Amino acid sequence: MTDVLNTKRAKQAALGPYGRVGKSLDELDDRLGIAKGGRTFLDKIFPDHWSFMLGEIALYSFVVLMVTGVFLTLYYIPSQAIVTYHGGYLPLDGQKVTQAFSSSVDLSFAVRGGLLMRQMHHWACDIFVGAIVVHMARVFFTGAFRKPRELNWTIGGTLLILAIVNGFLGYSLPDDLVSGTGIRIAYSIILSIPVVGSYLGFLVFGGNFPGTAIIPRFFILHVLIVPLIIIGLVTAHMALLLRQKHTQFPGEGRTENNVVGSPMFPVFMAKTTGFLFVISGITALLGAFAQVNPIWQFGPYDASRISYAVQPDWYMGFLDGALRIWPSWSFHSFGFTIPWEVFIPAVLLPGLIFNIVFAWPAIERRFTKDDAMHNLLDRPSDRPKRTAAGVAMLALLGMLFIASSTDVMANFFHVSLNTVLWTMRVLCITAPFVAYPITYKICKELQAVKGGGKRKTPNVVTRTAEGEYVATPAPVYVDDLHHGHEPTEVPKFFPADTEEPGDSGVRVVER
Amino acid sequence: MSENQEIRTPVSVAGLEHEYPHLEPSANNPQLVERVIAVMFLIGIALLVAFGACYWINAQPWKLGATLGGAMFFLGVGLIAWGKYLMPRGPFVEERHTLANSEADRDAFAAAIVERGGDVVKRRKVLGGLLGGGLGIFGVVAMFPLLRSLGPLPKGTLDHTDWKNGSYVVDQSGRRVQVGDLAVGSIVTVFPEGTQDTDRGQAVDQTVLIRLSNEDFTTQKGRETWAPKGYVAYSKVCTHLGCPVGLYEQQLQLLVCPCHQSMFNVNNGAIPQFGPAPRPLPQLPLYVDADGNLRAQSDYHVPIGPGFWERHV
Ligand code: HEM
Ligand code: FES
Repeated sequence: MTDVLNTKRAKQAALGPYGRVGKSLDELDDRLGIAKGGRTFLDKIFPDHWSFMLGEIALYSFVVLMVTGVFLTLYYIPSQAIVTYHGGYLPLDGQKVTQAFSSSVDLSFAVRGGLLMRQMHHWACDIFVGAIVVHMARVFFTGAFRKPRELNWTIGGTLLILAIVNGFLGYSLPDDLVSGTGIRIAYSIILSIPVVGSYLGFLVFGGNFPGTAIIPRFFILHVLIVPLIIIGLVTAHMALLLRQKHTQFPGEGRTENNVVGSPMFPVFMAKTTGFLFVISGITALLGAFAQVNPIWQFGPYDASRISYAVQPDWYMGFLDGALRIWPSWSFHSFGFTIPWEVFIPAVLLPGLIFNIVFAWPAIERRFTKDDAMHNLLDRPSDRPKRTAAGVAMLALLGMLFIASSTDVMANFFHVSLNTVLWTMRVLCITAPFVAYPITYKICKELQAVKGGGKRKTPNVVTRTAEGEYVATPAPVYVDDLHHGHEPTEVPKFFPADTEEPGDSGVRVVER
Repeated sequence: MSENQEIRTPVSVAGLEHEYPHLEPSANNPQLVERVIAVMFLIGIALLVAFGACYWINAQPWKLGATLGGAMFFLGVGLIAWGKYLMPRGPFVEERHTLANSEADRDAFAAAIVERGGDVVKRRKVLGGLLGGGLGIFGVVAMFPLLRSLGPLPKGTLDHTDWKNGSYVVDQSGRRVQVGDLAVGSIVTVFPEGTQDTDRGQAVDQTVLIRLSNEDFTTQKGRETWAPKGYVAYSKVCTHLGCPVGLYEQQLQLLVCPCHQSMFNVNNGAIPQFGPAPRPLPQLPLYVDADGNLRAQSDYHVPIGPGFWERHV
């Protein structure tokens, strides 16, 4: 026996078949016991359908928000102390502005890369909220919120609220003329709450509007407290996803009891990391080429000035629209006032909408009496009532959003504001009621389409020995073979076609 | 099963043999794809270097963004393409295990909570009650310092502004407004003297002063003396949500709020004529003193601005 020690080969042999990496993993497993769970994690299957990407967009734009946001905190000063501006933007030179404003302008002009970071942060915010909304829509219309995933639906809805809130808080920080007007409106909305409104307003603002406390308070909420809650909830969202595994659309080999797709490592990891890069890249390109929130043009906030055509960020549009079209119904009696004209559209309406969102899984269960576990997704047209309800809600929100630019429309179409106002009022009320039956009908029609939702397959035309041409449909794509799931029966109005050789002389055979 | 179908039947990742078709890349022409991805990575790297250079020389922001964004974009698309076309095509399958545990496990869990917990509470009722009560009181009491130190209480401060009998009317620069100062049809934002530079002055006391052509102008009954020499003054704080009512439509004699387009008629006491604002803009009673200065007779007779619960008139 030859004992060859100290050769390269023997050393490698001593390390085992997986070399240094294997050795380090062994050391780690000795201490943490991660081998089994780690392997399961690497083998985790992610469905390949594109709609599963929407949540990732939200997640990665949040990553961009955190990275750019930390950069901004290094230069932004959350103070309403008055300073005289002497920075790089000459039109403002010598003006008395708050430190918050002057540091935001300096961030844009004096800090290297600062303007890019500010604009990336703002764009990432708009993308973040948008991605959450679209992601939610896909979860809704495919029924992914059903048992056992109701809790994750609730977490998602909360995340949307927090994203909107944090967007508003951040938008307020530069203390410019436009965002200051937004804070003023927020204060008045708090005042409108019956009984406790003025107390709440004074506590939040540290006294009557504007005071000097609101920017520092918004700052700590915006950069610490709300992001912390968001991070906690996103973690919970992901943990539940890991535990309950993904849903999937029905298809070949897909059942309620499995998941089909690509494994975490390496396929999904490569794709998703690439996706993070793409989202960051697009945000940077937007930040480079699409100006957003040019606060130096708006000027510093002064409660007695206003710029024309003030518009909030897009996700506040539905609230602004509701405030515009709500009638001026103030209630006043016994020495007390209830400002319905503000309280209903700005507090009760969004409260109602989000309560419907949160209650939806329960509402649907009450109607369908469906208590089963669901891991296979619905095609939206197979659930016409749910789909129609969702579209009706989106129609209402869309109309409210459009209503936030009544003045712009009046100017653009050269009609009176009054006409636009009443048109929007009528549209907001009727749109859901029109959208519901139309969507319902379209869903029913789609169900009746033979092979609906499946890709078209070619006909293979062959010439027989007798010289007849025969068209045989090629097999359906395997992914499109639906299993154990058929749409609800729809009435047939026409007798099924009988197969006759057409004029072309081609006979089509049923497969 | 056709060949196509066999390949597309999902298999488990664990224990896959090397010759499985599932492990092959999904691209028909992997060499070509590899080359395309290499080019994308090269572009990405070149742009990253360009970004570094731009940052070094402090180039314009759009150049920073274009190079950084382009680099991330190309690297990302390359990586996605790598994952999509060159990595195992699958499809793979993973079993799902029921989340619910066996009846026995569930019972054991519930028993631990109900029986042990119940025992504790039942046997030590007094202690349990005291603990619960203590925590409850702690919760309530903790709210006081937490909430109460955030700000003062309103205590009727929303009912008043800083205008009072004799306040001089000054413009934004602090100059006292005199009878001859304004041309007919013009408008200026004014404050009670001394507040024009303060946050509160700008937010609460802001007032619009308009000179109308009619010298003995009366907006409403009982306000005969309020608008001397055609000078009429209204609070500038919109009664809807508090935006400054900054636009004056001289021809229509309307004050327009740019936020939600409420319109107030200057002639009749700023009664809202359009839009969501529920109340007129309060009118400030003015007089002209012996030296020709415009001054306030008193504060506004009603609280200014948006509505709130304690607003009593
Ligand atoms: C939920 C995630 C977040 C959202 C939706 C969000 C949104 C926004 C928006 C819309 C702005 C206004 C940007 C502008 O000036 O145009 C802003 C400003 C700002 N954000 Fe965020 N942000 C988020 C997270 C963060 C985090 C995690 C930080 C830091 C730790 C941060 C720090 C800042 C700072 C310092 C500003 C002020 C910058 C300036 O005034 O120029 N943000 N944010
Ligand atoms: S704040 Fe003036 S109309 Fe809404």
